[in-house]
Amino acid sequence: MSIFIDRHTTLIVQGITGRDGSFHTKQMIEYGTRVVGGVTPGKGGQKFENEVPVFNTVYQAVEQTGANTSVIYVPPMFAADAIMEAADAGIKFIVAITEGVPVLDMTRVYPFVKEKGARLLGPNCPGLITPGESKVGIIPGRICTPGNIGVVSRSGTLTYEVVYQLTRAGMGQSTCVGIGGDPINGTNFIDCLAAFEADPQTKAVAMMGEIGGTDEQDAATFVKEHMTKPVVGFIAGQTAPPGRRMGHAGAIISGSSGTAAEKIDAFRAAGMGVAKRPIDFVELLKERM
Amino acid sequence: MNIHEYQAKDILRAQGVPIPPGEIATTPEQVEAIAKKIGGMVVVKAQVHTGGRGKAGGVKLAKTPTEAREVASRILGMKINGLTVYTVLVTAAADIASEAYVGIILDRATKKPVFMVSPAGGIDIEEVAAKTPEKILKLPIDTRYGLLPYQAMDLGFFLFPDDVKKVRAAAKIMMQLYQAFMKSDASLAEINPLVVTPSGEVLALDAKISVDDNALDRHPDLAALRDETAEAKSEVEARNANLTFIKLDGNVGCVVNGAGLAMATMDLVKYYGGEPANFLDIGGSSNPEKVVNALRIITEDPNVKVILFNIFGGITRTDDVANGIVTATKANPLKIPIVIRLTGTNEEIAMKILQENGFNASSDMDEAVEKAVALAKGGKAA
Repeated sequence: MSIFIDRHTTLIVQGITGRDGSFHTKQMIEYGTRVVGGVTPGKGGQKFENEVPVFNTVYQAVEQTGANTSVIYVPPMFAADAIMEAADAGIKFIVAITEGVPVLDMTRVYPFVKEKGARLLGPNCPGLITPGESKVGIIPGRICTPGNIGVVSRSGTLTYEVVYQLTRAGMGQSTCVGIGGDPINGTNFIDCLAAFEADPQTKAVAMMGEIGGTDEQDAATFVKEHMTKPVVGFIAGQTAPPGRRMGHAGAIISGSSGTAAEKIDAFRAAGMGVAKRPIDFVELLKERM
Repeated sequence: MNIHEYQAKDILRAQGVPIPPGEIATTPEQVEAIAKKIGGMVVVKAQVHTGGRGKAGGVKLAKTPTEAREVASRILGMKINGLTVYTVLVTAAADIASEAYVGIILDRATKKPVFMVSPAGGIDIEEVAAKTPEKILKLPIDTRYGLLPYQAMDLGFFLFPDDVKKVRAAAKIMMQLYQAFMKSDASLAEINPLVVTPSGEVLALDAKISVDDNALDRHPDLAALRDETAEAKSEVEARNANLTFIKLDGNVGCVVNGAGLAMATMDLVKYYGGEPANFLDIGGSSNPEKVVNALRIITEDPNVKVILFNIFGGITRTDDVANGIVTATKANPLKIPIVIRLTGTNEEIAMKILQENGFNASSDMDEAVEKAVALAKGGKAA
């Protein structure tokens, strides 16, 4: 078992012929993901790498392939439309990798996707991977190994760092999910924690948050009230100055709200383990399993 | 991206928001001439990207053009929260009977723009929210339908419970503010204070707009409003080189790929007893040119005693980063030590390139950070 994706996931790639889309499609196929189609308007009828059929619209791709999941690599100004097209075509799990999507676009996209009964991961996220089964997005496959730790994070490379440390310590992962660094995203920490709690394979969760917003505080409350599995947390940005956007659009301390200190306090109050360094996850998780 | 008060007022005026007339100036003589043209009492206001301008003495009333020139000569060139004032706004002073706050922020929790209005205007809204939350009305807006007229009236009645004339005037301003917010892809738009004059007129006396950086590509007119004199020189250079860079006060210069790992690296520097000199994310692409620019910008800071690279190669190829380091240091030999940690994509090739060019590199993050902190303190590497 795992969360959100597994060996049965059938994927279409929106923006499959673009620079990023084509590069990562090859990587996903190499990893074993079942990429059943791609979408690039005007290139319908072509084959990507002589193998994957390309369609003009998501609707056609779904109709022809029966795909249940989509990953989006289109440029930021077109990402909102691509997400809504996927939801409208009946895709139930949409992963938006694109960075730099205007935030106001997401205020329209989020309720639209919800009303269609679909789940959106991202935007501005590395996607997710169920080691040994399927990867959707850009997380490097070789740093992961199958196992029973659930990993969820707002960051890309910081996730890789922690997963790499876990793998080196012989601790495999059930699913690693990057929820993305934007202020408005489709899937938050609580969604992932609830899914990990319900997943029989997952025995413990590593969670990497960062400054900005209150998603981590809400997650801590959820852990306290609803989780039976141990959760260890980390917050990036303890040395970040207030009022500055630290790379991610959502990583900003507004006034006195969204600081690392208040998030760490919330973790402690919920009885979670608190990793001071990425390497600390290894020992803290071992102690709790 | 923050824009200045006078720029925000121009955007609001274009939507029809009533605002007293004003012009900007960069010399006391210009201020005097503008004050003469406006006639009567004027306010001279420092245009800097920081709050607390009034408290710092950056906002002054003047009864005559001569007095306006005098206060301007004190405000121009002064520093407010570390930012030098190069421009002032000279605007007609208004008589004030009451002050209110009206703002829209993009709210993460509701995933919507949220109107916040309060009859307790003119002061810090965060303080009002903390001490007297009952004096604030919050209203999330579904952007698919926009601000509906009855909602605008609701907001108006909260400000002026017993005067429908003022309610209608305020409601109209709410609609105009919402239009300005949406049209400029803002993350924040506020009028503070929104005042009522003794004759019952409703006017916006101050305005603030922050534009979503992600949306600047579709608003070249707004992107052009950026004031580079209001930012650190190194940050302007970094943005032009497509790097995300924020200057800090420490002495360990950090070059990292990815925002989360960059923050975690800064935190680890602090954990081992050091102070980071900056946040720098070279991003996901594999362009050696970015490394060259990053090194140039960091070494321009005289505080920096050591450079720390922390690269986790995913999309980023570590051999590209290694080549960037070699190219940059050949062109401009480093005067300070460099500590390199890299792992991931093409790690073996990168290590070979570095070794052939006389650099040591580690694949362990903690080891590299500890070593960099020791070097910054003037000690020998551990």
